[in-house]
Amino acid sequence: MKSKYLTGCGTWVVNRFPLTKLWNDHMAQYYAPKNFNFWYFFGSLALLVLVNQFITGILLTMNYKPDAGLAFDSVEYIMREVPWGWLVRYMHSTGASAFFIVIYLHMFRGLIYGSYKQPRELVWIFGMLLFVALMAEAFMGYLLPWGQMSYWGAQVIISLFSAIPIIGDDLSLWVRGDYVISDATLNRFFAFHVIAIPLILIMLVFLHIVALHEVGSNNPDGINIKESKDPWGHPIDGIPFHPYYTVKDIVGVAVFLFFFATVIFYMPEMGGYFLEHANFIPADPLATPEHIAPVWYFTPFYAILRAIPDKFAGVIAMGGAICILFVLPWLDRSPVKSIRYRGGIYKKAILLFVISFIGLGYLGMQAPTATATIMARIFTAMYFGFFLLMPIYTRWEKTKTVPKQLTEQPSIEDRIPGWVETANEMIKEVPVEKEGKTVLQKRPDPSGIAKVLIRTAKNLKASLD
Amino acid sequence: MSEQGVDRSKRQFLTTALTVVGAVGTGYIAVPFLSQMQPSTKAKAAGAPVEIDISKLETGQLLRAAWRGKPVWVLNRTPEVLEILASDTAKLSDPSSQESEQPEYAKNEFRSIKPEIFIAVGLCTHLGCSPTFRPEIAPNDLGDDWKGGFFCPCHGSGFDLAGRVVSGVPAPTNLVVPPHRYITETRIIIGESNTEENA
Repeated sequence: MKSKYLTGCGTWVVNRFPLTKLWNDHMAQYYAPKNFNFWYFFGSLALLVLVNQFITGILLTMNYKPDAGLAFDSVEYIMREVPWGWLVRYMHSTGASAFFIVIYLHMFRGLIYGSYKQPRELVWIFGMLLFVALMAEAFMGYLLPWGQMSYWGAQVIISLFSAIPIIGDDLSLWVRGDYVISDATLNRFFAFHVIAIPLILIMLVFLHIVALHEVGSNNPDGINIKESKDPWGHPIDGIPFHPYYTVKDIVGVAVFLFFFATVIFYMPEMGGYFLEHANFIPADPLATPEHIAPVWYFTPFYAILRAIPDKFAGVIAMGGAICILFVLPWLDRSPVKSIRYRGGIYKKAILLFVISFIGLGYLGMQAPTATATIMARIFTAMYFGFFLLMPIYTRWEKTKTVPKQLTEQPSIEDRIPGWVETANEMIKEVPVEKEGKTVLQKRPDPSGIAKVLIRTAKNLKASLD
Repeated sequence: MSEQGVDRSKRQFLTTALTVVGAVGTGYIAVPFLSQMQPSTKAKAAGAPVEIDISKLETGQLLRAAWRGKPVWVLNRTPEVLEILASDTAKLSDPSSQESEQPEYAKNEFRSIKPEIFIAVGLCTHLGCSPTFRPEIAPNDLGDDWKGGFFCPCHGSGFDLAGRVVSGVPAPTNLVVPPHRYITETRIIIGESNTEENA
């Protein structure tokens, strides 16, 4: 009897709302390539972190006060006196950094497997808009605790607008709502951080996923799985997203939460990288902290800003560093998507790009000395070189033959015997006198180690060709 | 619905007219929506002048005050500093303050009314950090060329003790000198110019 009622309810809903269709189109009959690897966890992890930020954010607004006179103390109140307030706040602050870690890895995945290339240009552009909205969200959120870094960070970033000729000063005045960063600024940033940008984020996530599901997911081989289908019309190399990838992603979530919880419970400030030390001092409009740097996820762009010895040009370079990513699908002229089949020149270019991005990120946290400025200029040139020269070097690229179907990569179990053999190569058994007996003992073998090192170096070089 | 007897041009006209009216309406409502983010009347009014007493300011000392929520510095410069300021202008990008913001009476080589008393808004003209006061000559971290001045910790801009920006740094202009006047020898009003004295 009971099940009949349930079925009735279900039919009633299905007749009025395309529940089954939505479920099938996006989960149970959405065919994803079967060879997703480590890099493909970060999309669903980004969604997880977004949910984390929403829930903890809503809880924080229940005790936070967006008032220049009360904000700093209300955050301390949350930390000390609200039951579990410290946990909610640390989940939110760590979540912000985790969001950027996940997003940067997600974007890097797109870069190495060519996920931005035809026909996924719009997926990439929606993703870039998400990245920009996320940066705005993080920046505005960082003002809310009203600490020294909040205040002076906002002062610097809003002053960026004033570098724009003619309208710049009026524009920054309009953004601040006052002649200096003040209560008015704090209040409007709260409104943007809590209402406006989260709505934009949700909308963009929706567009990002709709666009992705229209064209289908890319894969580490960068081939189109829809080209070879079985008699039922399903891609041979595809598996339904649910249950295969929902279950796989849960494993990714578990591993992610392991690291996430470790940071929250044992190092919530992450040595000043996730929560900067100077932000534990209330905002003082009369004195800038001795050393100011943005939170780690903005430092690469901040280093570019600092490297240019001209105010307007610096702002343009910083904005350009982000804007240029939008046109990436049209800069890359290579017919091949995945790095597995691309030429050595692209692999080397990506390597240099990663070095420059991490280098800029590091320099952005350091004080602006003369050497650091020169290094930052070199890295800035490398960063822009990667994109601006791309139309040229991707044409020269000697690509490899792309397979028709997905390839199988050796699993960890397959690789273990090889590792054991390598380990044995580096060890030799030496006869040792022990209590009057001669026994064989394992000792490191210098010639074996040298052989392994040379081979590794050769393999590394070969993998870059 | 039957398409018979439909006046297509009338329909097109009505659609266009409605679109235009709608766009104008959107434009009108955008004005109050965007303008309400401008500084409020209260914020605009909060720019009253402040008075500073410099009777206890010794030679070489820097005094910090707040005016319109911004830091204002009053520096009592030594004769040696003035000598350096007058002679050492080769590395400055705007030594005679042509491009910079200051009242007419402070547009001189020391950028002040009295040569020794220097008054400036303590915000870097690059992105608005407050530079640190570094009067020492050739400190380890700033190099041998440093003759004393203000150093911005944010983006590495340097200014001399007259607030003049050195060349090759991100800051485009010299530090802003606010309008100010002396009531007596030791009391200064920041935010007002003396009307008789070429305001």
